[in-house]
Amino acid sequence: MPEQSPRERIKNVKEVPFGYGKEIAIQEANRCLQCKNKPCMKGCPVEIDIPGFIACIAKGDFDKAAEIIKAKNNLPAISGRVCPYENQCEGECTLKKFGEPLGIGRLERFIADYEQEKGKKPPKKPEPTGKKIAVVGSGPAGLTCAGDLARMGHAVTIFEALHDPGGVLMYGIPEFRLPKAIVKSEVEYIKSLGVEIDYDIVVGKTITVQELMTEYDAVFIGTGAGLPNWLNIPGENLDGVYSANEFLTRVNMMKAYKFPEYDTPVKIGNIVVTFGAGNVAMDCARTALRLGAKTSYILYRRTEAEMPAREEEIEHAKQEGVIFKLLIAPIRFIGDEKGILKEVEYLKMQLGEPDESGRRRPVPIPGSEEKLAIDTALVAIGQSPNPLIPQTMKDLKIGKHGNIITDEDGRTSVPKIFAGGDIATGAATVILAMGAGKRAARAIDAYLKKAL
Amino acid sequence: MYPIVEKKVLSDNVKFLKIKAPLVAKKALPGQFIILRIDEKGERIPLTIADSDPKEGTVSIIFLEVGKTTKQLGSLKVGDALENFAGPLGMPSEVKKYGTVVCVGGGVGIAPLYPIVKALKEAGNRVISILGAKTADLLLLEKEIHAFSDEFYIATDDGSKGHKGFVSDVLQQIIDRHKVDMVMAIGPIIMMKVVSNLTKKYNIKTLVSLNPIMVDGTGMCGGCRVSIDGKTKFACVDGPEFDGHKVDYDNLMLRNRRFLHAEGEACKLTGAT
Repeated sequence: MPEQSPRERIKNVKEVPFGYGKEIAIQEANRCLQCKNKPCMKGCPVEIDIPGFIACIAKGDFDKAAEIIKAKNNLPAISGRVCPYENQCEGECTLKKFGEPLGIGRLERFIADYEQEKGKKPPKKPEPTGKKIAVVGSGPAGLTCAGDLARMGHAVTIFEALHDPGGVLMYGIPEFRLPKAIVKSEVEYIKSLGVEIDYDIVVGKTITVQELMTEYDAVFIGTGAGLPNWLNIPGENLDGVYSANEFLTRVNMMKAYKFPEYDTPVKIGNIVVTFGAGNVAMDCARTALRLGAKTSYILYRRTEAEMPAREEEIEHAKQEGVIFKLLIAPIRFIGDEKGILKEVEYLKMQLGEPDESGRRRPVPIPGSEEKLAIDTALVAIGQSPNPLIPQTMKDLKIGKHGNIITDEDGRTSVPKIFAGGDIATGAATVILAMGAGKRAARAIDAYLKKAL
Repeated sequence: MYPIVEKKVLSDNVKFLKIKAPLVAKKALPGQFIILRIDEKGERIPLTIADSDPKEGTVSIIFLEVGKTTKQLGSLKVGDALENFAGPLGMPSEVKKYGTVVCVGGGVGIAPLYPIVKALKEAGNRVISILGAKTADLLLLEKEIHAFSDEFYIATDDGSKGHKGFVSDVLQQIIDRHKVDMVMAIGPIIMMKVVSNLTKKYNIKTLVSLNPIMVDGTGMCGGCRVSIDGKTKFACVDGPEFDGHKVDYDNLMLRNRRFLHAEGEACKLTGAT
């Protein structure tokens, strides 16, 4: 897919890939073999009729393609950008056996953008069921669940703690990967289905889940994995060490890249080091370059083969000049006399025996300590489920990682309460959260019908 | 939007705002805080609640104009409205019967101390209050706190009212005279540090309310992390009150200076000084 050149794009925050034009989209869609057993659909957490919408694109019927996607997925402009297609639909594509799989993700984005330009039309409103549902959190799980429930005729209100909708789509994923105007427009679509969103409501504080349970017929909790994990090494509280969440929230949601037009600042200096090698780490390292860092390192304790980030993200980071220092584990941060970060000390590692995840375990090489002069450290080694609701809801069963325990369809230990997305699974992907929201919406609908 | 229904100028750079926020007012407890954002381009800042009225649906805040956002906030008038006002956040104060408690407030820290003084008194404690400020003009809520105190003292740096010197001098005299069961201290970091150092010698339980820089206020970003007994805690969800004897005050001071350079730049641009 055509994209901005690395040299150009690190000077702006605009989206990296340009997206397909009409001709290329039709050409690409015509490569589809229309397999009878539809292997691609097995890989789709939100159950899109993939061969169906591809066939429409091949014929040039983009409106029908949009209709087919929208029947299952209310947020295609988002999933069309951030889905790890290579492991899902495209991973199962028959064409992959002969070469390049079909560009399903890109075609989804093409249709979403086509629809965006043309103006989205909400489907006909169903008969109201008279049931009220509260959705906590407006991230990918909450938005999907709310949208699906609204299309079933239920009255849905989303309660959002922050001042913007979208959760991680807004505060976490950078503009250059997922433009905020796209998120806002997808949220507008969800609202056009009849969903209401209340901001500044911190459930557990402003309103309790118990109160929601008396006022609503069911509650869906999709509060995400908002608790940053730390390296737990000395010096982590020095001036200059940020969690990925703080750094990305300042830049993405609070628009610190437009400081002082916007009031929220961020300070990074010349040399930025990101710890971790997942998608969030790539986002941090690439954002640092766009904020003017001269050098942006990724420090990771294993090798490239073990990196959890999508290949495309790693590739983009490399093209932009992010330097990967592998088989390295930090042991302490060192500050100057004022407590401002100036160095990180680390140990070199080598790969030993495989651990329980099947990945070879990194083992420190004794005596290999080295120091690196740095201005900013970004800690991107994962997030845990947000503890606010689990803390305040004593009868909700919680797992050992602080996650809300649910079944496949989001049912929790409390009959009226459903949950899904990162709050239930721990940090995962946008599309898995959307899939969980979708299944929970069905389970809630069934629960409400049984109650009738 | 959250309209401002009352404004008072307490001194040149200390302002009082009463804000209509019924849901927050309904839940607010002593010791909790709110996060506000003035407008679309504003930053999110935390302010401890100075008072709340669930019947009226209002929450009051008192703040010192120190940077761009607080100066802008101080320039707003009755009828203006804030874009965002979320809360109540953080854990409430542990209000119970301790016996004799000393409540120490310094500067604008006196404001969040007020609801705590009230609650501790109502819980049956003997409440001794010490308010401190640079000079008499900067003392806040004197009458209000006095009304709920069994003993009431003032300390000013310049001696313009009460004891000339620090609140810790007065606290020392009280400890010499009374058995003190708990000390609650809210004010500048250095004041909380000095008070905690003093009470530690006598092994008196001491609670302080910390005010680190925050962004979301819901435990998500970790910008407000503080070191308590060597362990990292988040002031927004674990605090803002902590055992004063366990706080790493020097680290807190350092972390609160993180964006001073940017504050200067923002103030210069808007003409605020």
